[in-house]
Amino acid sequence: MESTDAKLVAALRAGDEAAYRTLVRDWHSAMLRVAQIFVPTRALAEEVVQETWLRVLGALDRFEGRSSLKTWVFRILVNTAKTRAQREGRVLPFSALQDPARVPQAAVGPERFLPGDDEHHPGGWSSPPRDLPEARLIASETRDVVARAIDALPANQRAVISLRDVEGWSSDEVRNALDLSEVNQRVLLHRARSKVRQALEEYLT
Amino acid sequence: MIDTEALSCQELVELVTDYLEGALTPADLRRFDEHLAGCDACTEYLAQFRRTIELTGTLTADDVSAEAEAELLDAFRTWNAGAPGVTGPVT
Repeated sequence: MESTDAKLVAALRAGDEAAYRTLVRDWHSAMLRVAQIFVPTRALAEEVVQETWLRVLGALDRFEGRSSLKTWVFRILVNTAKTRAQREGRVLPFSALQDPARVPQAAVGPERFLPGDDEHHPGGWSSPPRDLPEARLIASETRDVVARAIDALPANQRAVISLRDVEGWSSDEVRNALDLSEVNQRVLLHRARSKVRQALEEYLT
Repeated sequence: MIDTEALSCQELVELVTDYLEGALTPADLRRFDEHLAGCDACTEYLAQFRRTIELTGTLTADDVSAEAEAELLDAFRTWNAGAPGVTGPVT
């Protein structure tokens, strides 16, 4: 077991409320985003997070550190969310999470490029990106545009961009927590970032 | 990527995350860099992509509500007191 995990688990087992509260706070936002891949509403996602912590505490004595504590907790979260989704009669978006590359999606619309048989510049920009005005980029309204663009993403893309770019997780942490292949993690991240960039460009130019 | 021809702009925009993640093969990395060196539009595109990531990083995560946190702390105290009923199934 990693030494920080070993200390954390020992603290939890010893009933250290501060250690527990820190984990609950630190992971709450990420846990909600991941739960929302599987359940349709924020309220249900909150319930899934609550249920997950109960399961985590119940199983803590059996945590052996074969994965990080974080990965272990998020795997329990994913299972809890899936079970909850089934109980709610929801069809799970498994294929969307496991094989996003199956359905191709352009990062930039094809209408912005010259055709592949163009004489001079096949596949070159016909409508190139314009400069983004720096002064407006840093305005708080622009952050709202980013937040809204993320909210509008499919739940699996929203979870991956939230964990990677908002929460600052590594690609390995995200892959392990969501049981994603390296390629699928990158596909989801790329689509999410591409759409947010597009929203910024539309808003600012 | 299997061919060894120059990348088009339309191909490059699909590789930006792979590029930033260091996931391109050496051959594709060379094609990517060669394209960028001669293409202002794609250089601008890459800059916008990086700015997008930076801006996303300034968003704040959702805080746990006081009510939810209180419930979770109650559960923790019950668990810590060794009471039955909080040991959920392990999956």
